[in-house]
Amino acid sequence: MWSWVAHRVTGVAIFFFLLVHVLDTALVRVSPQAYNEVIGTYKNPVMGLGEAGLVAAIVFHALNGLRIILVDFWAKGPKYQRVMLWVVVGLWVLLMAGFLPVQLVHTFGSH
Amino acid sequence: MTTIAEPRSRATRKTSRTNAEMIGWIFMRASGVLLIVLIFGHLITNLITDGGVHAIDFGFVAGKWAQPIWQVWDLLMLWLAMVHGTNGVRTIINDYAERAGTRLVLKSLLYLAAVVIVVLGTLVIFTFNPCPPGAPADLLPSFCTA
Repeated sequence: MWSWVAHRVTGVAIFFFLLVHVLDTALVRVSPQAYNEVIGTYKNPVMGLGEAGLVAAIVFHALNGLRIILVDFWAKGPKYQRVMLWVVVGLWVLLMAGFLPVQLVHTFGSH
Repeated sequence: MTTIAEPRSRATRKTSRTNAEMIGWIFMRASGVLLIVLIFGHLITNLITDGGVHAIDFGFVAGKWAQPIWQVWDLLMLWLAMVHGTNGVRTIINDYAERAGTRLVLKSLLYLAAVVIVVLGTLVIFTFNPCPPGAPADLLPSFCTA
């Protein structure tokens, strides 16, 4: 139930980011200056944490999506759906533990 | 007066030759698997390797789109993600917007936004000029001056 709610919430959040992200990337057609100025706002610490949240949402949505596919197509999927949710949570923690230090160094490290 | 169906009468349901909802259901799963590959690849090259988001500027994008593989990658990602996301939000609108009028307005806005974003994104990928005339040379990829 909660994995279903989280799948919807993360899906909507990712969708709205996608709309904005296509618009900001479209500025490469305006001028290099316009693009660099807007992409520069992605490099401040607040946006750095926002990117961490975005990646967290994407990784959950991806892993839980695979779980949904297994529940639907794998004969034993429905039986193991609860176990698979914990596998999703475990893999999510693992992947985020790998990504977060990299992202924090990029965000707060001195370049 | 409201007519109530006989008890145990067969439920009437509109059926059609093609089942659009089932095609959508299959599409969400097939595109989802492809999007995992496309988006994880996108995140690794743009957020993790070589300084992450700090390395991204006009020259970075131009360098990537000089390679056909990244043009195809980004185009496929744009289309699949937009159709996947639009279909997902459509489902959510159908579930939570109770009035028919509200659903119509929200879904019209959704489809309009989706078409605008897909057309805009596609045009940007196909009409992109990595060396726009008059731009400062230090903002451009190195192959522009070569």
